[in-house]
Amino acid sequence: MSTTRSTRAARRVTPFIALAGAGALALTSCAGGGGSDDSSFSYLGQTQNTAIAGNLEDLGAGACATAEEASPLSTDSVDGTQWDQQMQLLAGQSGLSDISMAAGTPALMNEFIDAGQVVDLSAALEDLGVADRVLPAADSLIKSLYGRDALYALPTELNIEGFWYNEQLLADNGVEPPATWDELVDAAATLDAAGVQPFVASGQDGWPVTRLIGNYIARDLGADALRAVADGDASLTDPEYVAAAQAVSDLGSAGYFGPAAGSIDGPTAENQFLTGGGAFYYMGSWALAAFNDEELNQIGADNIGYLPFPEVEGGAGSVMDVPANVGIPVMLSQAGYDESSEAWLQCIAENYGDVALEERGQVTGFVTESDVEVPELTATVQQTIAEAGTGLLWFEAFFTPEATTVSQTNGGSLATGQISGQEFMELVEAANG
Amino acid sequence: MHRTLGDPKAVLVLLGPALLVYTLVMLVPIFWSLGYTVMDGNALRGFEFVGFDNFARFFQDPTAMETLWFTVRYALVLTVLQVVVGYLLALLYVFVLRRSSSLVRTAVFFPVILPTVAVALLFQRMFELAPTVGPVNAVLDFLSLGSIDWLGESGTAFWVIIAMDVWRSMGFYAVLLYAGIVDIPDDVIESARMDGASGLRLVRSIVIPMSLPVLLSAIIFSVNGTLKVFDTVIALTNGGPGTSTTPLTVYMFRASFQYGSYGYGSTIALMLAILCLLVTLFIFRSSRRDLTKG
Repeated sequence: MSTTRSTRAARRVTPFIALAGAGALALTSCAGGGGSDDSSFSYLGQTQNTAIAGNLEDLGAGACATAEEASPLSTDSVDGTQWDQQMQLLAGQSGLSDISMAAGTPALMNEFIDAGQVVDLSAALEDLGVADRVLPAADSLIKSLYGRDALYALPTELNIEGFWYNEQLLADNGVEPPATWDELVDAAATLDAAGVQPFVASGQDGWPVTRLIGNYIARDLGADALRAVADGDASLTDPEYVAAAQAVSDLGSAGYFGPAAGSIDGPTAENQFLTGGGAFYYMGSWALAAFNDEELNQIGADNIGYLPFPEVEGGAGSVMDVPANVGIPVMLSQAGYDESSEAWLQCIAENYGDVALEERGQVTGFVTESDVEVPELTATVQQTIAEAGTGLLWFEAFFTPEATTVSQTNGGSLATGQISGQEFMELVEAANG
Repeated sequence: MHRTLGDPKAVLVLLGPALLVYTLVMLVPIFWSLGYTVMDGNALRGFEFVGFDNFARFFQDPTAMETLWFTVRYALVLTVLQVVVGYLLALLYVFVLRRSSSLVRTAVFFPVILPTVAVALLFQRMFELAPTVGPVNAVLDFLSLGSIDWLGESGTAFWVIIAMDVWRSMGFYAVLLYAGIVDIPDDVIESARMDGASGLRLVRSIVIPMSLPVLLSAIIFSVNGTLKVFDTVIALTNGGPGTSTTPLTVYMFRASFQYGSYGYGSTIALMLAILCLLVTLFIFRSSRRDLTKG
């Protein structure tokens, strides 16, 4: 057999390909590096959250003008549904913005902290002399969220959650705001019989449904019940925990979430509630922006009442414990932390609370000195925060990213009653390895 | 010319840049990913060598098995439907519409060029039950058959995805197979007609055997494409409800970028590649003909 010229050429090229392949295999365990631009103070947020970017821009135009001049603010946004993925990729390339919304799942945020990507804010605020600008309630929430002794994120929101209800619909059907879970189920039955959709929830997002499970567990088993699962002292498939999921699944099988609840997305659910399409809407106080918007809210802001999550009869939890969170707080990247960032941080700590309250009616975890008049619902929220006992974190707070996804993608099936509490808990527990 | 193209140095200079780009963009990531299959971790945490743990995990993971079954089921059903419907349309163009088929061909081909997300939104609205009743459910209500939550149950969601993909791609396969059928010499068909063959007999004995090369190419093309479906599912159901309409590609994407396990994600990708390879080999072997000879 004679080798042709092309075979010989191919023989010369083949080792080259093999070398490249072997080299790639060898490089597999290396991770890449990146850099950050220092001429501006860069902010990266979720497209769905315009409040933080808006507040930062207002600060830049007003109280933080000096910091803005030294290092102008540049904002950018990414779709929220891919947020954690984006953050992972950016962090892996050391490409996080100077300031950005934190990772959605605490587990991921902890990876960032361990990798030294995030500024220790307790120390930083202490150095700048503004450590007292963060409300103690918010401080303890964030610390317990990430299981750390130091603060790693700024509380740009301080939210409480509960049932917002359409007072008119309840009054028309002779229903009193329920104080216990059983009363809530009875109220739902009455409303359903009268042709009113009892609950409005986004089955597509899933979490508005799974929040109910977490809160039921907290009311029934106490505020530490989910921490116990994370620590390995209890399992989600224990009968008491399954009972909570089953309680929600029962609501779904009875059709109390309306038809095709799994196809309703967040904005649709909000719109449904604000146009009188349902009685009870479990949501956080960040929705106040929509409630106070006269165009969006067609049932009237004074027609909306706040109902704390009802207690479970015979349960170990207290109704004074309020589901609270800091939204997705804001973190500063260690790589981009320089003098200009320090100036911005100090200015934010001193003024963010006031700007958010005045410009957007938003309640934040910062101390405010403003005495601006707030809408009635905002005042209710502020009062509840002031009187609250322990802040309860959400159902998926201590789960792995995989378990969080499984929980949220199956929330819709719970709302349509397609899976039972047992099946749901087994799925989540399996993914929480 | 032979002197220039036969010279190895010339070959290297002409091929070199393209080969370099190909190697860097295609081959290096493939080998890199292969390396990841025996590791665990991500860009943030770093990687550690775990041997074949990922493979063991894949075969014991019920979600992975569910996605594998969905991928296979989806590929099979969609390939059969795409090729059959495409073939029927092609026969329509050749034998029924003849010269006036160009307008119909274009109209049926049009959905192929539409963006997937746009089509998915269209189908979501068509099959929705809440907040407003979509056209399909409206028709069902009119016929007193009751509304169905199409995308809320895994069985019906599967068929909605299939319907969307068939509608989108039947025009493409119709045109592809039309080119194959048109290639059949007219005199063969004429002589078959004169011998008394018509309609179904003609199709079965003359048209199909003579367009077999194109048919097989279409099948291979379709199977490979449908095994790797991603955008259709993400846009329409996002893998839901739960993980019942999640194909391997979506699971691989989630495992890598959402759960932060690049190693496990790469393993799933390797499994998918092996599946595609096995299916293609199976089709080639079972055709047993030299496709170029026809």
